[in-house]
Amino acid sequence: MSETGLKRTPLFECHLESKGKIVPFAGWEMPVQYTGVIEEHRAVRTAVGLFDVSHMGEIDLLGRRALDFVQLVTCNDATKLTPGRAQYSGLMTKRGTFVDDLLVHKFSDDHYFLVVNAANKDKDYAYLLAQAADFDGVQVVDRSDEWAQLAVQGPKAIEVVQPLTPVKLGEIKYYRFVEGTVDGAKAIIARTGYTGEDGFELYVRPEDAPRLWRKILAVGKPFGIVPCGLGARDTLRFEACMPLYGNDIDDTTTPLEAGLAWIVKLEKPNFLGREALVRQQAEGIHRKLIGVEMVGRGIARHGYRFFAAGKDVGPVTSGTHSPTLGKALAMGYLPVEMAAPGSMVDVAIRDQKVAAKVVETPFYRRAK
Amino acid sequence: MAQPADRLYTKSHEWIKIAGDEAAVGITEYAQEQLGDVVFVELPPVGKALAKGGVLGNIESVKAVSEVFAPAAGSVAAANAELESHPELVNQDPYGKGWLVKLKVAAGAAAGLLDAAAYEKFLAEEGAH
Repeated sequence: MSETGLKRTPLFECHLESKGKIVPFAGWEMPVQYTGVIEEHRAVRTAVGLFDVSHMGEIDLLGRRALDFVQLVTCNDATKLTPGRAQYSGLMTKRGTFVDDLLVHKFSDDHYFLVVNAANKDKDYAYLLAQAADFDGVQVVDRSDEWAQLAVQGPKAIEVVQPLTPVKLGEIKYYRFVEGTVDGAKAIIARTGYTGEDGFELYVRPEDAPRLWRKILAVGKPFGIVPCGLGARDTLRFEACMPLYGNDIDDTTTPLEAGLAWIVKLEKPNFLGREALVRQQAEGIHRKLIGVEMVGRGIARHGYRFFAAGKDVGPVTSGTHSPTLGKALAMGYLPVEMAAPGSMVDVAIRDQKVAAKVVETPFYRRAK
Repeated sequence: MAQPADRLYTKSHEWIKIAGDEAAVGITEYAQEQLGDVVFVELPPVGKALAKGGVLGNIESVKAVSEVFAPAAGSVAAANAELESHPELVNQDPYGKGWLVKLKVAAGAAAGLLDAAAYEKFLAEEGAH
């Protein structure tokens, strides 16, 4: 804790060393950028970047009925997981809306490891505890203080991390993880990320994190590695149209509306929100998360509104000038009848209405 | 950091360089650093009358939007068209090629503005480095 009451990750000193610009975020003091958002963004798209994401929450679900509990509280099907696999999913309210979006990692039948948003961790933990109260055979344990998390992201990520670990990284497929060591430190090595690039998320003990941070920067130097802040993390995930909780999804939006039907497994006999989602599926959604490209001059931002024929038709949920594509893009909710690519809509930017066109998402997809 | 002594400053981090009845306006080195990578600059049309302290335009970085305020009353005589295709000039050269507008100003436009030394003192008091 600092004097401001904000939490600091184990890497706070490293951020100061790297001349990070520190801002408050979700109760944490985090680096928003080091050299500049665009430079950091480009490094990840073309080479490699290193992120401190230790603010993320980690929660263990333990016990003989851990799987049943995961199945109850999330909308994806965790029976599809085998040990060493991870799954993107939604922690659901009874209304079929998001308490949070999260990664579910399976260690074993009686151990699932959840990674949740920093801003939601306390809420998620309380929600899980409440659900577990009348559920026999599961224990919910908040491990957030026991893990630091470093994300190495970009096409060169594998070359940077490989010299530091005996684990054959090439054998870890996308959305799989192994337990091993990185620079001698005990680590969970997951081939996951929030940038739209290849890369690894390394979960390590807090005391090992600063040494590993410095080591990765040193080893990565010939590959052009740069430390990356929350600014670049946001623009990278935005181009890949990975939703951000609090912007693009929240407890008023359902995965069906957010274009995340692929994480909703209605064939599961029972989970929180299932009834609401079955109903919404049958009736059809009224609004849909879409992407737009600005046609007129201006940048649509979170909180701005879409207009059609002078009428407010929905919110812009994320928007910026895309560093990779070199144009102003945004995501937001539109009525389904206006949501098809090619459809025109206005965005209210200050006192003007600026034209935008619905386009296919994701805006950016890496070449495989 | 040393500010150019040939112009005046505001506490909202704009600069104004007055020559007779014309004045160039921009944002300071400190302001561009705080904004980060500038990707879009919205400037007023030529002829628009601005009140002192009124919104002159908007500068957008990848992260956020910031308003720019007119350091003095005046009408817009020119806007920097170069910024339309090269908004990054605001970062690279805030006191030169990154200028925003030229204003036609009346006598007394300098009233209430900070000189370089006073602005530096203000930055130091604000805890800016």
